[in-house]
Amino acid sequence: MQIEPRANVSVIRAAFAPVSAVLVTMAICSILIVWAGAPVLEAWASMVKGAVGSRFALTETLTRSIPLMFTGLAIAVAFKSKFYNIGAEGQLYCGALAVTYFGTGMITLPPMLMVPFLMLVGAVAGGLILIVPVLLKTHLKVDEVVTTLLLNFVILLFVSFLIEGPWKDPMAMGWPQAASIIDEGVIPAMLAKGRLHYGFVFAVIAAILVWAFMRFTVWGYEIKAVGLNASAAAFSGISINTTIIRTAMISGGLAGLAGVSEVAGLKGYLTLDLSPGFGYTGIAVAMLAQLHPLAIIPAALFLSGIYVGSDSMSRAVNIPTYIADVIVGMSVLAILVSVMLSKYKIKWGK
Amino acid sequence: MPVLQLRNITKRFGSLTANDSIDLSLARGEVLALLGENGAGKTTLMNILFGHYRADEGLIEIDGKPLLPGSTEAAISAGIGMVHQHFTLADNLTVLENITLGTEPLWSWRQNSKAARQKLTQMSSEFGLVINPDAEIADLSVGERQRVEILKALYRDARVLILDEPTAVLTPQEADDLFETLRSLTAKGLAIIFISHKLHEILAISNRVAVLRRGAIVGEVKTENADKSLLAEMMVGEKITRPTPRSIKHGKAVLRLENVSTKGAATSSSLQNIDLIINAHEIVGIAGVSGNGQAELADLLSGLYQHDSGSIELLGENLKSISTRDMLSRGVGRIPEDRHKSGVVGDMQIWENLISEDLRSKTTSKFGIFLDKSKAINRAEDLIAKYDIRCKGPLAETKLLSGGNIQKLILARALSPNPSFILANQPVRGLDEGAIAYVQTQLLEARDRGVGILLISEDLDELMALSDKIAVMYHGKLSPAFENGSKTIAEIGLMMAGQESSLKGTPQAGAVAMEGAHAN
Amino acid sequence: MMDLLEIILSTGFWAATIRIVSPLIFGTLGELICERAGVLNLGIEGIMTIGAMAGWMWVYQGGDLWGGVIFAATVGGIFGFLHAIFTVHLGLSQHVTGIGITLFGSSLSYFVYRMLLPSATTPPKIVPFQTYKIPYLSDLPVVGEAVFSQTPLTYLALLCVPLVWYMLQRTPIGLAVRMAGENPVAVEAQGINVLAVRTGAVVVGSALMAIGGAFITMSAFDAFFFGMINGRGWICVALVIFASWRPGKAFLGAMLFAGLEAFQVRAQQITGASIIPYQFYLMLPYILSIVAMVFMARKAKYPHALLVPFRRGERV
Repeated sequence: MQIEPRANVSVIRAAFAPVSAVLVTMAICSILIVWAGAPVLEAWASMVKGAVGSRFALTETLTRSIPLMFTGLAIAVAFKSKFYNIGAEGQLYCGALAVTYFGTGMITLPPMLMVPFLMLVGAVAGGLILIVPVLLKTHLKVDEVVTTLLLNFVILLFVSFLIEGPWKDPMAMGWPQAASIIDEGVIPAMLAKGRLHYGFVFAVIAAILVWAFMRFTVWGYEIKAVGLNASAAAFSGISINTTIIRTAMISGGLAGLAGVSEVAGLKGYLTLDLSPGFGYTGIAVAMLAQLHPLAIIPAALFLSGIYVGSDSMSRAVNIPTYIADVIVGMSVLAILVSVMLSKYKIKWGK
Repeated sequence: MPVLQLRNITKRFGSLTANDSIDLSLARGEVLALLGENGAGKTTLMNILFGHYRADEGLIEIDGKPLLPGSTEAAISAGIGMVHQHFTLADNLTVLENITLGTEPLWSWRQNSKAARQKLTQMSSEFGLVINPDAEIADLSVGERQRVEILKALYRDARVLILDEPTAVLTPQEADDLFETLRSLTAKGLAIIFISHKLHEILAISNRVAVLRRGAIVGEVKTENADKSLLAEMMVGEKITRPTPRSIKHGKAVLRLENVSTKGAATSSSLQNIDLIINAHEIVGIAGVSGNGQAELADLLSGLYQHDSGSIELLGENLKSISTRDMLSRGVGRIPEDRHKSGVVGDMQIWENLISEDLRSKTTSKFGIFLDKSKAINRAEDLIAKYDIRCKGPLAETKLLSGGNIQKLILARALSPNPSFILANQPVRGLDEGAIAYVQTQLLEARDRGVGILLISEDLDELMALSDKIAVMYHGKLSPAFENGSKTIAEIGLMMAGQESSLKGTPQAGAVAMEGAHAN
Repeated sequence: MMDLLEIILSTGFWAATIRIVSPLIFGTLGELICERAGVLNLGIEGIMTIGAMAGWMWVYQGGDLWGGVIFAATVGGIFGFLHAIFTVHLGLSQHVTGIGITLFGSSLSYFVYRMLLPSATTPPKIVPFQTYKIPYLSDLPVVGEAVFSQTPLTYLALLCVPLVWYMLQRTPIGLAVRMAGENPVAVEAQGINVLAVRTGAVVVGSALMAIGGAFITMSAFDAFFFGMINGRGWICVALVIFASWRPGKAFLGAMLFAGLEAFQVRAQQITGASIIPYQFYLMLPYILSIVAMVFMARKAKYPHALLVPFRRGERV
């Protein structure tokens, strides 16, 4: 088997890669549905209906896409520089911790200032927690994948300690949760009915800003160059360490914003089940978007729809809701292959 | 009957025909030289012979029997041995482990190291290739590693030995030793294919020369009937003349290194007490076997790392700490050793690579924050025209360029800011004749404009053709520079092996070198 | 202070350490084999989950225990093969593939578990491996109870340490695996198929990881829970680095971790030590993993070709 690069990768072929990855994923998951003894078409139809079939479904899908956009962006930026930040889950909780610390009465500002302030501290907290893994990588060459993954567990245990101990809300009837965010700090709702909040607008703006940053700025150029060929970047006078540290701060900050939007926009308070793995799903979002910041928006909407729709699919044809996680995991693998096939062709024989 | 016979071998990669119906035969005890430029198809042909590739057409016969195509294992068991240009040895494993890999059935419960050691020792003494079987490869010199490679082939009873550019990493004396070994091997009946583009070596060692050009055999000649100019013409096809330097003007010093050392004085490649002066209007060549500190010197002058002691003076200014950006802003142009690995980002566009050393200036950015793409593209268009970079335009992907055009891109990037000092590390390695002539012309023109140039090369011929002065590097030490022409190749070769009293350093250094270079 | 010392001197502590170390040994050795061949296998967390589910489910559906172990190893090997197709044959990013395998493997385990047991509210149980006292040896003081009164799977884990060492250091196939991780071109030049060697190493390594997962549901516990691997796979990856890719050191590192875990469980129960919230005890293994990598990362002799895909005929 020989793998040869294609001379020209057309835009259509590049755009087709995620589509074909999704189709392959759905085809393979259909086998699981058949195995579970459910009618395939009906199952997928109930998922679509559950995701976009009603006003309520649609707002739920939009709402759930908000943290996915933030974590997807966080991972896309980091992966662009080949800094494999798998700790978006932990950084999300750090953002949530910061919001809870500052937003539950410690500081009161008018709403126009309070929400931006909470976003700022959430982003800073998300970035700060990455300092340890990134410095270990740049200065001691410790693999960042393992450190960021391990830190996820540490952070979650720390959150558990806080909300079962010092931060426990006495009004919560024994549930382990922190106090609620003060009214000034709540991200306002977008619609009269439903849970959709302005975090969605912030996430879309974030995607556009990240896109512009990567495309039009010197720092964006440096991130791309370091990721594509670190040794050439260094030879040209780009500091690899500075660039990676900078990238990590941006990435952690974006993931921290996911925590801000969940606490201040959706839940109102910090719990241990704040994120059902948004940090990990963000990897699938980023991969499906092929690390393109604008493509993060549809990719996050798509996977959000899968999650929201899987509930109705589960109810309608009696399939475990874990089908959504299977789709997410498989799509990461499928996109890897389909992107490769769009850039290379495989010739059999030597 | 010939021991090896290639019939009508053809191999295509897409639209490119890498090998075009090649016929070759090889007799026992014969040395066949395969001569050709880079990209002429030598490596592809040898990869087919060794089973890395499968030919689209044609047949290989060993002793009249057809060889199973596309199988390295079949090639080895048929008696073909190959010494690659880049050694295929694992650094962290021992000599014995490297040699015995694949010689025993994979699924057996233990290795028969005792028998293997015995066979290796016996072979070593038979062919005069002395080596310690338990040494780790990482601790061996380049010459010794090559010895391991040859033993590896002989251990598997090779009857045809292929050597791909075997002298590229050797001192002239080590190369002579290698030739001596090869002669004794052919005397025992071994057939050898010797791949090279160095004409004098081919004339010295081979019985017959086959010349490859653009994938086809363009001629075959007995070595006794050949001379350099005939071979050169056959190889290149048209006559390309390399530039010749004109008389020397003297200028002020642009770069002055005094007693410069870098950390880890224990390793053979860290710099030790380097003194070097490069004047304007002057090319100073650095000779030496690779791995003796040239890469460290180049990295230091590229700004990639710091020296620990000594002083570096650029244009009369003492540099305390060095960074790449600092060197660039002080007018240093650099040509890296490995143009693909550290010269360009292949997945970026040409205009992007052309500005990579100059991201924050007024010509490429606004306020040092936003890239000014239209200005950068305009500049790229000018440079593409001025330096004759053959491409589809500034927006083309850089990885689609040929090696020669990538080097032109790097030249454009290094020369366009009008540097006062240029570091050229292996600037023509792996290029075809046309590109070599172009790069050398550019360097000589820069010298004539008054630029001081440091030229690092493993190719003595190149150094002697271009340099005004030459200094030799060995074990991190640099000899005083001498006028080009004041020493013979043999004298420089001795210095490259660390056996010249004029080299600064302790007497022990010479003793160690004796062991390394002349253990057999 | 005396209390803490008593813990370390008690036989129960050492028996627990040996029990806890078993899955870590399987996982660490599995990862070590993959990495020695040049492939970082970040699918380990998912593959351990699959092994835990598959082995348990086999027994729950009426199969016997050793059949369950073999089944877990087979399923783990299949996922390892998937990993190898992606990283070895197609040369795709080992980082992303591994994470993808973990996401896919764990979610598929949960999906299959839920599908086969849709209405189980409390996790059903199986009869797990029982302790088997090795005759005579188990009568020895302290070690008898700590080491030689364990389940057969623990003995298998302990046996794997010298076995993997021997395979890597003393057999031709082990040499090929090590060489594939150091310089794949050298392997190819000796007529051995690098892709096959690497694929084999990843499959075998993944099978070991899966047995490590199966140990947890079939020997340490008797039921399958969601999230029960809980980062053990990542700790194994850290242990491989800590061990400088040596099986013997991997065993020592795993013992250190297991000892710490056994110690913290006991220390929590001592009055006085419970001032510290339990979460901080639970954090220890993760933090220690990071610290261990920091200490060893500089000295470590990496396999030279780790993370480097190999393509035939390509020049280095």
